[in-house]
Amino acid sequence: MRISFSRLHDKTTQPQTDKTTMSHFLNDKIFLGHSFNEYMRIVVSNPLNWMLGIVLLIGIPLLLQRYILGIHSVTHSSQDYPWGIMLGFGLFGMVPLSASGFLLSTSVEIFGRKDFQPIERLALLNGLLGYFFAVVYLLVDLGMPWRLAYPMFVSLGPAAVLFLVAWHVATYLSVQIAELIPAFSEWINWPQGKRFITKIALGLTIAGIILSTLHQGALGALFCYAPAKIHPLWISPEFQWIHFFCSSIYAGLCMVIVVSTLLERYMRWRCDNTFLSNLERITFGLAKGASYAMITYITIKIVAVAHDQEWSYLLTGWGGYYLFEIGLSVVLPLCLIAYGIRNHQLAMLRWAALIGVIGIIWNRLNTVLICYNWQHHQEIPHIKEFWLVLTILALYVIIYRFFLYRLPILFSWPPTPGR
Amino acid sequence: MNRRTFISQSIAGVFTALAVCKPKSASGHDFSGHPESKGVLFDMTRCIGCRSCEAACNREQGLPEPDLPFSDTSVFESPPGGEKRRPDEKSYTVVNKYDSQYASYPIFRKIQCFHCLEPACLTSCFVNAYTKTEEGAVIYNPDVCVGCRTCMIACPFSIPAFRYSSAFEPRIMKCVFCYDTRLKNDLPPACVEACPREALTFDTRTSLLRIARQRIRENPDKYINRIYGEQEAGGTAWLTISGVPFAEAGFDDSVPKQPIINYVKDFLAVVPMVLTIWPGLFAGFHLLARRKNEHQSTSDNTEECPL
Repeated sequence: MRISFSRLHDKTTQPQTDKTTMSHFLNDKIFLGHSFNEYMRIVVSNPLNWMLGIVLLIGIPLLLQRYILGIHSVTHSSQDYPWGIMLGFGLFGMVPLSASGFLLSTSVEIFGRKDFQPIERLALLNGLLGYFFAVVYLLVDLGMPWRLAYPMFVSLGPAAVLFLVAWHVATYLSVQIAELIPAFSEWINWPQGKRFITKIALGLTIAGIILSTLHQGALGALFCYAPAKIHPLWISPEFQWIHFFCSSIYAGLCMVIVVSTLLERYMRWRCDNTFLSNLERITFGLAKGASYAMITYITIKIVAVAHDQEWSYLLTGWGGYYLFEIGLSVVLPLCLIAYGIRNHQLAMLRWAALIGVIGIIWNRLNTVLICYNWQHHQEIPHIKEFWLVLTILALYVIIYRFFLYRLPILFSWPPTPGR
Repeated sequence: MNRRTFISQSIAGVFTALAVCKPKSASGHDFSGHPESKGVLFDMTRCIGCRSCEAACNREQGLPEPDLPFSDTSVFESPPGGEKRRPDEKSYTVVNKYDSQYASYPIFRKIQCFHCLEPACLTSCFVNAYTKTEEGAVIYNPDVCVGCRTCMIACPFSIPAFRYSSAFEPRIMKCVFCYDTRLKNDLPPACVEACPREALTFDTRTSLLRIARQRIRENPDKYINRIYGEQEAGGTAWLTISGVPFAEAGFDDSVPKQPIINYVKDFLAVVPMVLTIWPGLFAGFHLLARRKNEHQSTSDNTEECPL
């Protein structure tokens, strides 16, 4: 989709006059320099919007059904699988994919790798929205979503792992919002905001690393509460937190590669030259980082099998499935990245990243659902629950795109006309 | 208050605290239950599957009407390939029937909350909705519960059930040892009182262990030599003795012998370390990286600030 940017450019370079009214603001900031009618015409002409529309058309009534009639009306209301696909995908899958924010801000702010700066804001936005939507998924799945703040203010159970997750996700969301204030302040022309955040950037970044380490790990440690219910190959109480943390590193990096690939192809008009000309070099850097995390992850997975003396399980059917998962979701992308870097094939890295992203979701679903209650029965989630997952995902895409179109994430402020 | 008085008073306060506080005994890390806490012994060899306990529980706790009357024994026939019944949002306890090659008679097993000494539901709850009372009950407070269902994940016996059917008043449903209506007043729970076969015995956990061992010792052919719940998940208030291996009657043999919280302690110990070490570590990395960049930029004769 291509949008003419001449009008946006005209407006932003014009001196401010008394005529700057609400409608100007809306046209300028919300409708990308178009009038409402023009904007709607563009929206309607995009086939992706039709797909999203169909998902929402079915999904929004389902959401209402969930809130009015209860969770049982949209799921199997399983007593044996208290966490279904909603949390398996939405919380345990989305959060590792959102590790991108802390990884890139650490590279740029802590290690001074300014060469990754063109993608830093994208990684931050990806992180923020991933976390935000993990909370949205939670709000659909929680029995009493209106009590979301109870662990913070009403009744505290600080010895529980979920308490850490709740606090860390909440504070890390705030940190990520703060980290994106520079982009936001440029958009709404509020330079003080950016100046303040620049001063505390180092502190924010370190806070980001701490919180990410702990709650990526804590999501893994949650499964240590079910040491006998999950298949031993997928649970290793001593190492679970570091497995989850380590895999989130390559997951976050792969996610940035996948998202930036899509943007380069389908949102090229919004990317400025700095972003486009640096993307290939940056992708190679990210892929190298991901490959280090992958090889480390494979190693610590082997360490866990050795430590828990689970070699014999590898020869069972579950062991085959385990090797299949590791092989397809980590070893394969690792080999593709190695090959791609050696032969300088960008496309190879991007496919590897896509496999990495799908692989991490697969791993989390294995832990939450497929290998949970492995000695008992399996359950396939209700079709409506699948659709709800899809609905929230559609909202995620819409919000993600909304910010990419408007905030200086892929371009530097003020926006230059499309090329 | 000026600074001097503040400091002197603080120091005085610390010394007072040191003088007053005595360290607890060294075994403070192990908790094996309140000494006089109650429990129930279930003797599986005595149960005839009359479901009186189910009915009594339903009445006592004001649970919804069951789909089939409690006199109906067709509930014992699980659908082919289907799961046995479990406590759910309509029942705190269920009795299931098992056929075992080790017994000529059908085995009936009552399931309900085992009321662990160190309950996994309690330790996994991030809003402290669960309480282990001195009397031995694990009770639940629906007023603070958020409905995250971690307790259902954590419970090694898969006991807590969630009332999914209510949009506005969902809650965890689980046996509470008839705490409010009976246990608090030192009365046995409704199911124990209703049992016509005295398959259920109510007493202190210590006495129950003695009774169970005595029965096993006096009838070595009748019982297998094991008390389920003596060690499972760190010990439970409700104990079971059986004439057949426990796995034959649907008991989970994979339940660990130590409290579930022990599996989480490794991670919980990592948390303060990360919180305290990471800031210095990464600020140090930052200094190292910056110094290197500065060095490079001066040697390149560039004027640009490295950061």
